[in-house]
Amino acid sequence: MLVPLSWLKGYVDIDLSPKELANVLTLGGLEVENIRTIGQDWAPDKVFVGQVVQVRQHPQADRLVLVTVDYGQAEPLEVVTGAPNLHVGDCGQKVVFAIIGARLIDGHAEELRYQVLKKSKIRGVESAGMVCSEKELGISDEHSGIVILPEDAPVGSPLVDYWGDTILDIKLEPNMARCLSIIGVAREVAALTGKRIKVPAARNITVGEPIGGQIRVEIADPDLCPRYSAALIKGVKIKPSPQWLQRRLTLAGMRPINNIVDITNYVMLEFGQPLHAFDYKLVRALPGESTPAIIVRRAHDQETMSTLDGNQRVFNSEMLLITDGGGPVGVAGVMGGLESEITESTSAILLEAANFNYINIRRTSTVLKIPSEAAYRFGRGVDPELTLAALRRSVDLMNELAEGIPASGCIDVYPGKQVPTIIDLPAHEIKRLLGIDLEPAYIVRLLESLDFKCTIMANGAIRTVVPSYRLDVSIPADLVEEVARLHGLDKLRDTLIDEEMPGQQPNRDIELEERVRDILVGCGLSEIITYSMTNLASVACLTPERTMPSAEQYIKLTNPLSSEHEYLRQTLMNTTLETMASNLRFVDRVAVFEIANVYLPAIGQRLPYQPRRLSIGLAGARDIRSWLTNDSPIMDFYDLKGVLETLCRRLGVPTQFEPEAHPSFYPGRAVRINLGGASIGVLGEVHPQVCQAFNIEAPRACLLELDLDALLAQANTDVLFTGISRMPKLSEDLALVVADEVRSDDVARTIHEAGGSLLVDVVLFDVYRGKQLGEGRKSLAFNLTFQSPDRTLTTEQTAQIRARIIRQVAQKYQAELRS
Amino acid sequence: MLEKLTQLVNQARSELTAAQTSEQLEGWRLAYLGKKGALTLLLRNLGSLPADQRPEAGRVANEVKMTLESLYTARVEELRQGVLETELTRGALDVHLPGRPQQLGNLHISTQTLREIYAIFGRLGFDILRSPEVEDDYTNFQLLNIPQHHPARDMWSTFYTDLPGVILRTHTSPGQIYAMRKYYPQPFRVILPGKCYRYEQVSSRSEQMFYQVEAIAVGENITMSDLKGVLTYFARSMFGADRKVRLRPSYFPFTEPSAEVDIECFLCQGQGCPMCKHSGWLEILGSGMIHPQVLRNGGYDPDRYTGFALGMGPERIAILKHGITDIRYFFNNDMRFLQQFA
Ligand SMILES: [Zn+2]
Repeated sequence: MLVPLSWLKGYVDIDLSPKELANVLTLGGLEVENIRTIGQDWAPDKVFVGQVVQVRQHPQADRLVLVTVDYGQAEPLEVVTGAPNLHVGDCGQKVVFAIIGARLIDGHAEELRYQVLKKSKIRGVESAGMVCSEKELGISDEHSGIVILPEDAPVGSPLVDYWGDTILDIKLEPNMARCLSIIGVAREVAALTGKRIKVPAARNITVGEPIGGQIRVEIADPDLCPRYSAALIKGVKIKPSPQWLQRRLTLAGMRPINNIVDITNYVMLEFGQPLHAFDYKLVRALPGESTPAIIVRRAHDQETMSTLDGNQRVFNSEMLLITDGGGPVGVAGVMGGLESEITESTSAILLEAANFNYINIRRTSTVLKIPSEAAYRFGRGVDPELTLAALRRSVDLMNELAEGIPASGCIDVYPGKQVPTIIDLPAHEIKRLLGIDLEPAYIVRLLESLDFKCTIMANGAIRTVVPSYRLDVSIPADLVEEVARLHGLDKLRDTLIDEEMPGQQPNRDIELEERVRDILVGCGLSEIITYSMTNLASVACLTPERTMPSAEQYIKLTNPLSSEHEYLRQTLMNTTLETMASNLRFVDRVAVFEIANVYLPAIGQRLPYQPRRLSIGLAGARDIRSWLTNDSPIMDFYDLKGVLETLCRRLGVPTQFEPEAHPSFYPGRAVRINLGGASIGVLGEVHPQVCQAFNIEAPRACLLELDLDALLAQANTDVLFTGISRMPKLSEDLALVVADEVRSDDVARTIHEAGGSLLVDVVLFDVYRGKQLGEGRKSLAFNLTFQSPDRTLTTEQTAQIRARIIRQVAQKYQAELRS
Repeated sequence: MLEKLTQLVNQARSELTAAQTSEQLEGWRLAYLGKKGALTLLLRNLGSLPADQRPEAGRVANEVKMTLESLYTARVEELRQGVLETELTRGALDVHLPGRPQQLGNLHISTQTLREIYAIFGRLGFDILRSPEVEDDYTNFQLLNIPQHHPARDMWSTFYTDLPGVILRTHTSPGQIYAMRKYYPQPFRVILPGKCYRYEQVSSRSEQMFYQVEAIAVGENITMSDLKGVLTYFARSMFGADRKVRLRPSYFPFTEPSAEVDIECFLCQGQGCPMCKHSGWLEILGSGMIHPQVLRNGGYDPDRYTGFALGMGPERIAILKHGITDIRYFFNNDMRFLQQFA
């Protein structure tokens, strides 16, 4: 809401500077987001209110004139201008006059540029200054003619004194609908600064014929239209509004149109009551009747009408229309119809000031996509008591500015009149909610400054009658808020909760997740966070054939910001690869992980299934490049597997791996991650064509995705101490030759089992294939560590164990000792 | 005999001094002390001496043996020391070369900020609870006192899905309902972190996805002064001990009274600058006393219980703390950004 200070001052005395006032309003709940000063650039000794004394033809140029301007000094000055709204022979107009040295905006420049006025000759005639356009003054972009000031403008006065202004841009939350008007803001200023508000009394002109008999109003749907008031003004002359009114509208952010439309907008800005002017001559009577009629009713399904903006609208039966005897003439509270619009030839005005159900108006304006000023206000709630005051004010102005003759009286159909809201504020409510003690008399004083009528009851409660415009106040907590903001929130105490509460409960789920993050960071990975919304083309890149996934299986946003983020993701893999690709353009090593939810449809459930996933991506050099590690090897399958093994070991989760044929991965270089017999994820080297699809510029990329919920469900972080043996260790190597398809992890497990408790460690330290072993065979070299907790082992004992191991691997895998 | 021994000692001594390498040393040892060495041979000849000379010669021979042995040990030690010294003078490194780079990963700046928030509220005894990111309209809005088509809905631009009534949550506030239903009828305090979504054009100041952390406390004796105390504690823990904190009346449909919380701008110390839009204050969070209807929707009788709620954006906090100029950096995942906060 744009509030020109000069306008606001008409209703409340303000003795604070704009900055101080902004601060008071902000701390009172009306956040002033911006203070704009009009006329900052108008030097008081350079830019004046002037008056045209004489206009002569320029001797050298047909399109230029010489204007003599009186600006309050002894000698008038003569300037050259090409303004089309000054003509030879003109005299007496009030203009804005700038003398040499004034700093103004260059009216001819496209962009904002300032220039200092210099003495100059224009086509041979000296110009001693300038008569200014709105653009030159920084008021608007208007540069087709010069500003003509109102007749009563004081000649010689610095323009900044006469026309300077400050505009407060106030951010109004939805509960502040009452402040969508100058008077509404003035009321708050009055309450916050201890002043009284002054609203001009209506003149109640009653010159014309009584309105009764000239128009008939019927509310067919009072649930959506609690009140409909109307006035009739005849003999109006449509013309531009006077300068002062146009200026106020402009400063408040509205565009002047003609005097009638401007008056309805002006009164809406002043009071907060939207108004609508119909051309009375175009309002039709019902068939068989002679009196023009207005009927407020719900639309019929598929009923149509063209609105003022020229668009054909189709309504449904939830929408409220203003109709006359012949059909729709307006969308109630949203926008008028094109047919009954005010035109140059309009001479009689039917002026509507009504009240509508705010939810209904909001819905209609949203569905029809008409964001009008009226709909904005009605949609946030307008005081139903406002209609008559706003009508009277408009009638006064139409009489004054459009020579209209008002019919005496107003139509006022008011089926939805409400009794005032009464709230009892319990004696201890302030203390209970705010934690501070305030005297009842003080509370009453604060509330009364906001027009609440208060009585202190026998039980100490304060009985409060809520003003009709406070649609936001309905419960005691609302009153507490009013007291709090007027008293000042800074005066609350700073206490920490002193209520006895149960002790803090750990959240194992989050703690484990954070532990996963720490372990992975320890493995040298960086955390990424990517969008939860994705696109199916990107998901398709996860297969070499770029198979599009079926859209029906995905939850789709109905209003995505872009097609790039249209579906809720079901995997983290594609965004991990995208992140790797984008980073590989400028670093030679990417090691990242993400923990995030995916979103899977869950038939019959209130919400989708939203499990947590972990993804890890590795690509590029294993080591950071340096003089020590130039030409580092490229990370591969085993780097990633090592990260996962580390993670699982740290979490105490016994995962297993099975070869997996997965379309995203290099055949034979991927494994399924198994836990307790179920698959929880996949790990491997990414298929070269998938790398290509994601534009990964690295020899290979490794990727993992797993179900983190499943992994963490098995986490065992309770550690039991194992005794540390002081006995000597015996270490020996064992090289076995087996067929290629024999799994080294199986062999290692068998060695472990056969070795018993004295075999404390088994490390596979070499895998070898070669001619001497024969085709299809490999050698696995293990280092075995033997140790007893309580005695020194002899070589005879380890030899026995070793023999047992060799027997078992020979039996199970036909393993032979390598000679 | 004695003469021979003396001669032997002298000769051995000079040869030992000449021995420079461990091979020469070993040769010397074999030559004098070895099984076929000169001394051993001499000692073998002791028996051929007259009996009266034998004890004296035996004593001297033993002395000679000990002398030679100790000379040998000393020379071995001397040589080892010499070798080490030579090695040490040759072993200098180029200490100006950089060290071996270590590969530490790092947490996303949002996670780091979240952890800081967890820690601060943890010190005040708050639990942590999570609730779904994809939520229904009923829980995200209606249970929070925001009916359909209510003007307050303008405050949240919402992503809708093709599942009827299912949306992306616009704030963590629906977590209030989950929390109340979980803890009822106990008093409690809890923070509710998580991702939220708004249907807003992505720009330097606005993202379609962001984190939020809500904190709520419900009990029979919770006041707005407690809220202010907790806020002040939070703001000073997060932004510095002498930061000024300001509460300003505001509006949220699920709190009454409501307040916006500003901290003194730390770029300009409250003097006004572009970062704080020349106000001297930076908005950091929204808060208020839980609306009676919301308490009721959570199961708590508002005549008996009161509560406060506050909500903040970790990205916004990180932006302010680190002077980050564009919110889009957070989810672009450019390592050149992320690794600045390692
Ligand atoms: Zn600042």
